[in-house]
Amino acid sequence: MDIADFFDTFFEEAEELLADMEQHLLELDVDDPDSEQLNAIFRAAHSIKGGAGTFGLSVLQKTTHILENLLDYARKGELTLRADLVDTFLEAKDIMHEQLNAYRNEEEPDRETYERICQTLQQIALEEIGTSLEVAADTAPMTSAPAPTEEAPAEAAPVKEEAAATTAAGHLKVALINVDEKDRILLVEELEQLGDIQSQSGDDKRYEVTLSGSVSAEDIEAVMCFIIEPDQIDIQQVAGDDASASAPSPAAAPAEEKAPAEPQKAPADTKASAPDKAAAGDEPAKGKAKKASAESSSIRVSVDKVDQIINLVGELIITQSMLDQTVSDLDDQSIGNSSLQNGMSLLQRNARDLQESVMSIRMIPMEFVFSRFPRVVRDTAGKLGKEIELVTEGKSTELDKSLVERITDPLTHLVRNSLDHGIEMPDVRESIGKPRTGKLTLSARHQGGNILIEVRDDGAGLDRDRLLAKARDNGLNVSDTMTDEDVFQLIFAPGFSTANEVTDVSGRGVGMDVVKRNIQGMGGRVEIQSKKGEGTITSIVLPLTLAILDGMSIKVGSETFILPLSTVLESLQPDKDDMYAMAGDDVVLKVRDEYLPVIAIHEVLDVEDAITDPTKSIAVIVQGEGRRYAMLVDELIGQQQVVVKNLEDNYRKVPGISAATILGDGSVALILDISGLHRLNRAKKEAGKPANTQTMSFYKESEPS
Amino acid sequence: MSQANNGAILATEADNREFLVFSLGDEEYAIDILKVQEIRGYENVTRIANAPDFIKGVTNLRGVIVPIVDLRIKFHLENVEYGGQTVVIVVNVADRVVGIVVDGVSDVMTLKPDQIKPAPEFGVTLSSDFLSGLGSLEDRMLVIVDIDKLLTSEEMALVDSASHH
Repeated sequence: MDIADFFDTFFEEAEELLADMEQHLLELDVDDPDSEQLNAIFRAAHSIKGGAGTFGLSVLQKTTHILENLLDYARKGELTLRADLVDTFLEAKDIMHEQLNAYRNEEEPDRETYERICQTLQQIALEEIGTSLEVAADTAPMTSAPAPTEEAPAEAAPVKEEAAATTAAGHLKVALINVDEKDRILLVEELEQLGDIQSQSGDDKRYEVTLSGSVSAEDIEAVMCFIIEPDQIDIQQVAGDDASASAPSPAAAPAEEKAPAEPQKAPADTKASAPDKAAAGDEPAKGKAKKASAESSSIRVSVDKVDQIINLVGELIITQSMLDQTVSDLDDQSIGNSSLQNGMSLLQRNARDLQESVMSIRMIPMEFVFSRFPRVVRDTAGKLGKEIELVTEGKSTELDKSLVERITDPLTHLVRNSLDHGIEMPDVRESIGKPRTGKLTLSARHQGGNILIEVRDDGAGLDRDRLLAKARDNGLNVSDTMTDEDVFQLIFAPGFSTANEVTDVSGRGVGMDVVKRNIQGMGGRVEIQSKKGEGTITSIVLPLTLAILDGMSIKVGSETFILPLSTVLESLQPDKDDMYAMAGDDVVLKVRDEYLPVIAIHEVLDVEDAITDPTKSIAVIVQGEGRRYAMLVDELIGQQQVVVKNLEDNYRKVPGISAATILGDGSVALILDISGLHRLNRAKKEAGKPANTQTMSFYKESEPS
Repeated sequence: MSQANNGAILATEADNREFLVFSLGDEEYAIDILKVQEIRGYENVTRIANAPDFIKGVTNLRGVIVPIVDLRIKFHLENVEYGGQTVVIVVNVADRVVGIVVDGVSDVMTLKPDQIKPAPEFGVTLSSDFLSGLGSLEDRMLVIVDIDKLLTSEEMALVDSASHH
């Protein structure tokens, strides 16, 4: 292990600690803080500080140090927590995260934010702890300290809306680095919507835009990140000429002098109270970091390694079944091989167990995605002045790690969108008889071999007429007879926004098209259901890709296929009397009171040696895209878990087939795609209509009813 | 002067390329050895319905699903048989792994640039677009196939024509 590995370990660990810290901060009840939680937050900060010190990441170390001191006061009850203080802590956490990322990319962290946050935290220490001696001076520190606490976390002041609106106005210098002209024009347009552009200049390498308005750097980044990489943006607060904006500049100037001076005083106290732990420096800090990793009881492994193990285990299983076959061929001839047989069955069980465990490594619960949303909702709702309750369902639904990583951004955008122009303002809600608090639900579940992630809100819903009108304004080709579904899809058109007015959260029309593109890039799709006045449901349907599938193996002729078990409803032996030929060469099967289209696998997939007499085959009733079909197969083999391997990696999409898998004997079996098969069936029937008429004679003519 | 000479010699040595030679019917073909991942037998191929006849299906190559193309069918050769001697050359093209079925693999040849002649315009079954030249080796003639171009071409139907949709 060289030093770089240690660095990596530290970065991973610090990230975990920061996530912990955020979670605890969010859960913290400010009126009655749980001392365990405060301790946990403190410990996280402390561990990061230790590690940062060890590796000489001085900016991170200093930031954490100040935060740690404050937290120490908080856990000792010397600092009374308030919502705005927690917000500041959260902001500090974000900044530490940025610093961490900067170090990771071998850059120096942004000096200005560092100084700003240090100053803010210092100020809190001064004001809060200084006045904490005078009991019940509740309002005094609030009025005496508004400047430092409020100008910095402009976005983090949901408690004082009016204050945030007036004090946040300042100038931001947004620099776009290495952005080509096309994107730049787009971005500048976006910036225009966010605030007033004071000046703009530069070239592709670095293009600077000075912006005034109440927008925060974070918001700008949130918008830009859909188009360019975060490191292509550099946002700096600059002194403006209006009164409120001038506040930071004098504050920033003495900061450098103050920074070293002030902490001296503060840490002196902490050192006394939390003695050797904080002060002891390198060696114990390392030990501390190690301990932290043991506590979280997880290790980080690259996905490549896991994939390699999955493949190797697959090979092992195949070898094992080969051996099994050989042994079972032997068994009549020699009596003394019972220990061999026992060994084989043991090997089989162990190999299966091993396979199962390895498979589960790649899967992580949706909780990893959902856990960031309490924060997003809290911040966004605060900014918009809305009251929102977030409900998450299906947190334990497991999803392949690569998908989990890629779904986060689109989902964040959808959530912000719902919050911003889905859910109404509390007063509006009250006036139309809804509860003041809007409800936003995030849910995840497996459905029909897919993973379905929904963002549901009980807000205003989409307005069909306005969408159409807007589409016409935008020069899109629409008609009044379009289905609701098609109309709702319009919001995914580039540059399309339905918000009456542009807010700093969403409604700029950038994003939804990117959301759709991202999801399609993962092989998924987005659907919108909405009722005016009642709310909107945005559903993201993702394919399995590497997910593990519960499958039903079936046999048609000599070929084996896998049906996703979730699509299978029942199976039955079709009776000739229940089969009806329909016009257009279609056949339906009557199951109880339902007529189901029949898909004969051997016809659709051209299997040669299959059973052609439907009454001798088995009808599996399956469901795909909300419709049911009767699928004719020769034989049901059994249920098994299979690893989904996509065909597109080395081949291409195959109609009627969603993916492939590897069976126990090492051969490849194709996984059937129900709706795809139905479409293929129809296409084939259309194409082969004239030639195929004689098969109709087998079936009864459909009875006129 | 001598420097220029040295440069020329170095250049020619660097320009020598190694090819894997395989046979299809009576003809000898060659592909860039660097494209070849491995050579294996033909077994356990799962048919893919509604695919062109020269796409035999897919097989499991240590956990990777790999399509198998029979170049003998693609090139309209007679006597297409599968047995213990049938050889699959697994090649890496355009970040993909593809297996091609051939009649046999003979050897690995090093060709100097001057041994590679431009391919004449010919062939309906094998457009000269997919050839990088003809290799002449004493009395043998090798048809050098640009396997990248061939396997990613639309007529091979191995790659989604609209790769992103």
